Amino acid sequence: MMKKKTPWFLHIVFLISTFFAIFPLLLVIMISFTDEKTVQVNGYSLFPQKLSLYSYQYLFSDLDQIVRSYLVTIFVTIVGTLIGLIITSALAYPLSRPNLPFRKGFTFFVFFTLLFNGGLVPWYITYTNVVDLRNSIFALIVPNLLLSGFNVLIMRTFFISSIPQSLIEAAYLDGAGELRIFSQIVVPLSKPVIATIGLFSTLAYWNDWYNSMVFLTTSNNFSIQFYLNRVLMSIQYLTQGNINQNASNALNVLPEQTVRMAMAIIGVGPIIFAYPFFQKYFIKGLTIGAIKG
Amino acid sequence: MKYSRGDSKKMHNISKWKSTRKQIKRYRMLYLLMFPGVIYLLINNYLPMLGTIIAFKNINYSKGILGSDWVGFKNFEYLFTTSDAFIITRNTLLYNTAFIIINLILAVAAAVMLNEIVGQRLRKIYQSTMLLPFFLSAVIVAYLVYSLLNPQYGFVNKFILAPLGLKPISWYMEQKYWPFILIFVNAWKNVGYSSIIYISAIAGIDSDIYEAATIDGATRWQQIWSITLPMLKPTMIIITMLAIGRIFYSDFGLFYQVPMNSGALLPVTNVIDTYVYRGLMNLGNIGMSSAAGLYQSAVGFILVLSSNLIVRKISPDDALF
Repeated sequence: MMKKKTPWFLHIVFLISTFFAIFPLLLVIMISFTDEKTVQVNGYSLFPQKLSLYSYQYLFSDLDQIVRSYLVTIFVTIVGTLIGLIITSALAYPLSRPNLPFRKGFTFFVFFTLLFNGGLVPWYITYTNVVDLRNSIFALIVPNLLLSGFNVLIMRTFFISSIPQSLIEAAYLDGAGELRIFSQIVVPLSKPVIATIGLFSTLAYWNDWYNSMVFLTTSNNFSIQFYLNRVLMSIQYLTQGNINQNASNALNVLPEQTVRMAMAIIGVGPIIFAYPFFQKYFIKGLTIGAIKG
Repeated sequence: MKYSRGDSKKMHNISKWKSTRKQIKRYRMLYLLMFPGVIYLLINNYLPMLGTIIAFKNINYSKGILGSDWVGFKNFEYLFTTSDAFIITRNTLLYNTAFIIINLILAVAAAVMLNEIVGQRLRKIYQSTMLLPFFLSAVIVAYLVYSLLNPQYGFVNKFILAPLGLKPISWYMEQKYWPFILIFVNAWKNVGYSSIIYISAIAGIDSDIYEAATIDGATRWQQIWSITLPMLKPTMIIITMLAIGRIFYSDFGLFYQVPMNSGALLPVTNVIDTYVYRGLMNLGNIGMSSAAGLYQSAVGFILVLSSNLIVRKISPDDALF
């Protein structure tokens, strides 16, 4: 057989498209390391004349709100993902057992949530009037992000196709209780699907700003992404949080353009660093994603 | 004594019920496991479904939600007499149509071209670099776009338009550019992700077909046109149909964050989702925004059902239900 060679123009096409894919990110990274005056004279350049660490120094001199939002987001991401995985798998597993009475009804109950939703207004009223989560950290964990019917059905399909019923029956006959079968046999055998859904969930929590925007009015529980959003909308916001004396002095030399970009880099940092590790699991995980079964 | 047929059926039902009860008892632990998830869906999904009755009421907080007066279709009448209803429907449909077509073409092209790259390593590097934007939040994307479009310092005005002798553009004030910007940003963010499914579909094509074609003297180009693309057709149709089922919903972050919530751009950036959000949070107009929300849910429901019906006709295995 003839040895295949890559046509040269394909490399050019992909070099251009990969460059396009990361160019804006490179630009923002460069701006964050640019001297503020240079930005004001030359604009946002990929090859600035003068580099500076000033924006990062500025941020680290007043970490208060960033650290707070960071910690909130880390807490929400970990707690939300763990609780979400537990209740998702706990709902999905019984739906995978063929002899469970009313299994079809419960499956439809889950499935229908994919087809129809009540929309923002009644959903908002549910979480403000029925269960009031306004300004609570649970507003970042519970609404919409904790469990999705889609993930439940993906997991159920995985359980049905990958865990032999005979194994479960054998364990049952040996006297294992249902809870023990679930936690000691089913869960360890389901690592791939749990890892995939855990990854989706982690990303969704880390990137979430919507719940903060809808349910929070006070800044102490702002997620990092929502805080970044407020900063982008108004650099004033950064100085409002400062009550110390330094801040009013700093206002005069506020490196606003570069500081904004430095904050964006801090907000996206963990995803960029973790990306080489999680992207292959992500691509692999997508092939698990069937909901029928 | 003789049993009539009805009696025996009744007896059968009783014994069936007895065995079901026995089964329920045997599986009670499983029901307990399901409990938190079921409660969650009841609160997060089913309560809001019942809450759509708000669209038919004039909400008065002092009377409570259930106690507020019914107004029939009044909220919908108001909604559809404004020009907003037309604008947000048009924007939602046109943008999503553009996204579906452009992303389909680019994702298939990317998948086919990636498949032609010899060498696993380089192929992986290309693929994962193009996938990266998918993982960025809409807020970060807004920052990235802002670094390009900032009227004073932005890369486009400073380093593309200025060297060409063109005047700087106030990007966040000029409506006419935004359809292109949004389509471009959407493709930039999602093509890497959309191409994954086509890449795995290509990997599933039997390599014997290509070998036979090579022996018959077909060029790579001919093989792509006569083997790869026709083999991808079912996947393309299914993905497109499922996207059409979601055509009434849009990516809130893209339309809200990327234009930085600019009022001047609303006529070309307002979609149903952003309209509902602004109606509720900024204007406090519960009647109008819940009517718009229910309009979206109802049409969306019909579209999902009918697109799935079509997918089921074409390929029952790929249908959602």
